[in-house]
Amino acid sequence: MTATQTLVCLRTAGQADPASLETYLKLGGYAQLKRLVTEKVKATEIISQVKLSGLRGRGGAGFPTGLKWSFMPRYFDGTKYLVCNTDEGEPGTFKDRDIIRYNPHQLIEGMAIAAYTLGARVGYNYIHGEIWQDYEIFEAALDEARQAGYLGENLFGTGFSFDLHAVHGYGAYICGEETALIESIEGKKGQPRFKPPFPASYGVFGKPTNVNNTESYTSIPWIMEHGGQAFQELGVANSGGTKIFSISGHVEKPGNYEVNMGISFAELLALAGGVWKGRQLKAVIPGGPSTAVLPASAIIGATMDYDGLSKAGSSLGAGSMIVMDETTCMVKALKRLSYFFFEESCGQCTPCREGTGWLYRVIKRIVDGQGRMEDLDLLTDVSSNISGRTICALGDAAATPVLSFIKHFRPEFEYYIQHGRSMVEDGVAVEEVAYA
Amino acid sequence: MSLSAESLAKIERELAKYPPEHRQAAVMSALRIAQTEKGWLSKDTIAEVADYLRIPAIAALEVATFYNMYELEPVGKYKITVCTNISCMLRDSEEIVDHLEKKLGIGFNETTADGRFTLKEGECMGCCGGAPLFHINNTDMHEYLTPEKVDKILEGLDK
Ligand SMILES: Cc1cc2nc3c(=O)[nH]c(=O)nc-3n(C[C@H](O)[C@H](O)[C@H](O)COP(=O)(O)O)c2cc1C
Ligand code: SF4
Ligand code: FES
Repeated sequence: MTATQTLVCLRTAGQADPASLETYLKLGGYAQLKRLVTEKVKATEIISQVKLSGLRGRGGAGFPTGLKWSFMPRYFDGTKYLVCNTDEGEPGTFKDRDIIRYNPHQLIEGMAIAAYTLGARVGYNYIHGEIWQDYEIFEAALDEARQAGYLGENLFGTGFSFDLHAVHGYGAYICGEETALIESIEGKKGQPRFKPPFPASYGVFGKPTNVNNTESYTSIPWIMEHGGQAFQELGVANSGGTKIFSISGHVEKPGNYEVNMGISFAELLALAGGVWKGRQLKAVIPGGPSTAVLPASAIIGATMDYDGLSKAGSSLGAGSMIVMDETTCMVKALKRLSYFFFEESCGQCTPCREGTGWLYRVIKRIVDGQGRMEDLDLLTDVSSNISGRTICALGDAAATPVLSFIKHFRPEFEYYIQHGRSMVEDGVAVEEVAYA
Repeated sequence: MSLSAESLAKIERELAKYPPEHRQAAVMSALRIAQTEKGWLSKDTIAEVADYLRIPAIAALEVATFYNMYELEPVGKYKITVCTNISCMLRDSEEIVDHLEKKLGIGFNETTADGRFTLKEGECMGCCGGAPLFHINNTDMHEYLTPEKVDKILEGLDK
């Protein structure tokens, strides 16, 4: 049996005019916001449903959303803020883009429900710089929602008010990190802040702020409609609900697939049409480059959820599944990823700034045919020295591909160093290289 | 040369998103709006934006240098930024880059002699399902590229 999609966050997929308010209303949109606000449902009740749902942050870290919401101070004399992180720029991640361009109103409703629950008066959705056309779609949806009375002052005549604005990034991966994103909203360089204090006590303009990923907020209206328990039951233990997997690379049908958590890797790959051109699967980065690469043998029997991927030796991350077939040169692939982290390091911490540059230069040297065998240990050492010594998790993210690529594909690196050429391009199979 | 009334009106709309005492919050969009009008950000343009927002020029300059999509040197009428990151690389973005380089006779960070085209290398644009891809002038995304499709897109651009 082939698996099918379960459309929670991509609920409007396949509709004629998916982004319009009319379409969303037809599907029952904004009914939950209206119900919660007009019936004055208690914040504690809403938060306990979110906790029950098992929803974990879809931005990559997987922190339980209900627990995060309970950290926001209940009483605060001043404006509290709500921030949505649509800055996805981690290679292979493109799910939030489809939410804002195909189902923007469900995100708006999810944010409005969060604002009501947390007492936030103002919200910002920070959108990745390169997707201008999608930013404009979201701006248009905001206008529609304001005019229809779902955003603004005194909603439904209840005294509840919430203003939501779109903010446009301008090309900096690091702004996906929540405190860099807050700096960026304030009109500064996107350099992460030390934590603590966490955004819940010191966020936008120094005020209590809740930050969630786009997919996290967009799950909320469904949870409110069907209950936390029902959402949990879509998935598996420790991984409630659905997840959008962005599948890219060597598959027949790259794209976003929203499925129940816990789907098997094989079924998910089949949804994307399988490996393209009838080729063999070589490796998969299951959750974006900040999660460890897995050789085909390690992922083929895995299930796609937090525990399943951790058992397989990697993690779910943002669900950004990058598929590589047998023709992929892992040395060159790693070179491109290392360049990315070097280029995007904000430069504040020495281990990250110097380490990412060092990693890139050593891998480039190998690709240029100037590598030495000692370089492999050097790469491992430098990576281990970045991990855990930096302000934000970009340092760890930069170390992960280096460590995992070398761990699983060491013979390919050794061959490249010995011959000055790619093993894959030479047509040599791994089995032919001395594994001993 | 100062910013047009239209650009200033757009900046005002951005300012309205933030509390009045936090005018700096609008600096990113104000710089984007200025760049869209002028093609690139000169020191004078950056200073003018800073003045308008009543923030120090250095604060605006820092932002303009930090984010990749601001241009601090003149660029061609059409700036083509190709993503070469992993998902695009796996779908042969290199073929698209080679094709553009041959066709335009320039490499990355170069501008054609007639001032029409600049070529740039980009990082992940969050559209990897549509790889290979590029955007033109930071706004127009073109996905599922082939050399033939690139030719058509370039032919369709105004002189
Ligand atoms: C370098 C870096 C990049 C990140 N990029 C994103 C991103 O693009 N989108 C996102 O939602 N979270 C990103 N995060 C995670 C955020 O810091 C934060 O945990 C998340 O937005 C919280 O929302 P969630 O709990 O709903 O996942 C990134 C973190 C780091 C360290
Ligand atoms: S770890 Fe890297 S990206 Fe993160 S704050 Fe430090 S230097 Fe910046
Ligand atoms: S890797 Fe090219 S758009 Fe993401």
